[in-house]
Amino acid sequence: MKKNNLKAWLYLLPAILFLGVFMVYPLIDVCVYSVEENYNFASQSFTGVGLGNFRFVLSDPYFVQALKNTFLIVAITVPLSTGFALLISLGLSSIKTLRNAFQTIYFLPYVTNTLAVGLVFMILFKKTAYSDGMVNLLINKLGGSSVDFIDGPYWAKMFVMCFYTIWIVMPFKILILTSALASVNQDYYKAAKVDGATNGRIFRKITLPMISPTVFYLIITGFIGAFKAYSDEVALFGTNLNAAGMNTIVGYVYDMLYGDSGGYPSYAAAAALILFAIVFTITYINLTFSKNKVQYM
Amino acid sequence: MKVVLQNLTKRFQSRHKKGEIVTAVNNFNFEIPDGQLIGLLGPSGCGKSTTLNLISGLETPTEGRIFFGDEDVTELPPEERGVGLVFQNYALYPHLTVEENIIFPLQNLKGDKKMTKEAMHQKAVETAKLVQIDSLMERKPKELSGGQQQRVAIARALVKIPRVLLLDEPLSNLDARLRLQTREELRRIQRETGVTTIFVTHDQEEAMSISDLIIVMKDGAVHQIGKPQDVYDEPANLFVAQFLGTPQINVFSGEVRGEKLYIGEEAVLDVPGREDREVWVGIRPEGFIPDGNGPFTCNMDRVEVMGRDVSVVSTHPKMTGRCVRSIVSSENRFEPGQKTVRFRLKPYKVFLFDRESEERV
Repeated sequence: MKKNNLKAWLYLLPAILFLGVFMVYPLIDVCVYSVEENYNFASQSFTGVGLGNFRFVLSDPYFVQALKNTFLIVAITVPLSTGFALLISLGLSSIKTLRNAFQTIYFLPYVTNTLAVGLVFMILFKKTAYSDGMVNLLINKLGGSSVDFIDGPYWAKMFVMCFYTIWIVMPFKILILTSALASVNQDYYKAAKVDGATNGRIFRKITLPMISPTVFYLIITGFIGAFKAYSDEVALFGTNLNAAGMNTIVGYVYDMLYGDSGGYPSYAAAAALILFAIVFTITYINLTFSKNKVQYM
Repeated sequence: MKVVLQNLTKRFQSRHKKGEIVTAVNNFNFEIPDGQLIGLLGPSGCGKSTTLNLISGLETPTEGRIFFGDEDVTELPPEERGVGLVFQNYALYPHLTVEENIIFPLQNLKGDKKMTKEAMHQKAVETAKLVQIDSLMERKPKELSGGQQQRVAIARALVKIPRVLLLDEPLSNLDARLRLQTREELRRIQRETGVTTIFVTHDQEEAMSISDLIIVMKDGAVHQIGKPQDVYDEPANLFVAQFLGTPQINVFSGEVRGEKLYIGEEAVLDVPGREDREVWVGIRPEGFIPDGNGPFTCNMDRVEVMGRDVSVVSTHPKMTGRCVRSIVSSENRFEPGQKTVRFRLKPYKVFLFDRESEERV
């Protein structure tokens, strides 16, 4: 028995070592950094222990901007992408011809490189000396005047950002939802049909409860994913996100560490912990709220 | 409600071979009298379930018409036909309680049929009482046994007072003991409600025991319709004869010569008025009478004692099955080591079928 135990630990050792070095140690380190006030990167010294870093971060206008951006992205993209994905999956599962073709098309963004997609969006939206971009051409055709989506007003940039995020996260959601819909026993639909339920009622009373665990999973992971947004912003607006006013919390953390104005691991750590607290709280609320709504069969 | 099927045909595109057409239901014609319990019986894949789906409206026929009473319902969608359907796996909505499941069809009613919450509750309780599950109204389906789930499914199908109740293999998901109980229950519920009920089964015993009428199907075609006892006593062809009855009927190759039936070289039965021909001879297990001077000799294999009856297992060179099984009274005594056994035959338990068409002659 004892020997067996030893063997098991031996098998686990590589994973434990790896996780310890790259997960547990950094996690502890982040907490330590976040309370070391006036930490100096060069001399590795600090003046005291306290919540000064948190106070600084929370009063930093760049952080507040990043917080606002992140919350907007989360609030707009999570419900919209999940909703659209559900609509498209429902459509996909009710057609027969061309279903595979459409499934492939909808899945393409998932396998496309983020930066490549960013470039395509630039062409669509960016104003240059030569062209106003495809979307502006369309707006002009419809009688509107050009909008600079990449360097222009905040709402325009936020629109592009959300549009991009929704587009990039949808394929995964569609994939998961289509398979969830396919796993619902067809007999339920037949029974409901014989019982005279309308399509709307079948969707609300049968389909939705049946796939609710999947929808819930997508919402939770969607929230977490959106809170972690950063690379998509870089793809669209370049690395100087603070200047573009489009920074996110993760972007702020990165900038504080490695950006042009970086070198402040304590501030970065404090911001990261704030993000953790936010994600934790929202996930907790999600879990509590959904306990009565989600049907685990 | 009388149900009439006229020239009903359903053809499918084959799922396995592209372009191949499968005829699941082939030119059905029959009339189901009002208020009866009908067993739709046949081996798997014979088109029973398709027939049920056609009647329920879940599938549309390729040809033919369906009437409920005098009304042609062929073009009506399922919800307007007024049918109740019980699925083989019950298809109870797992996230709804028993009561919510039963009420579901009532909540879908529209227009002047719309019911108040109170009325729906009352109706649900009433129906639940009929199938004796009124004490389980707050449970979820997964908290119920198989038999209880099925009662809920029946209640859900009955709550709207359907014109026709359809059950797809209603007993196949239950264990043997429960199956016996439930089929009696089914019979009782059908009697109490008087709803014309059609149920699909591949179990001949089940169909025979509770049906008013059985319809024997094979390969999408109706082979025989009739009262269970009539179909058993007068099978229309070899398939029906073999499908009904446990143990199975014994089939021999035989010949009619000079108004006598020969199995091998023995003239086992007088068959007055029959012309000479080669036939299949079907003999029900209960059609044998042991008789030391009987005309029919079989090679004794073993005797299985069942108490009231004795099952004599023997062999015969002309048999088509693996053995000849006869059920005789236990008053007959058999010697251990007995090599042969001789029988007389009851003429009304012996059926002759054409060699080619396998139709009764």
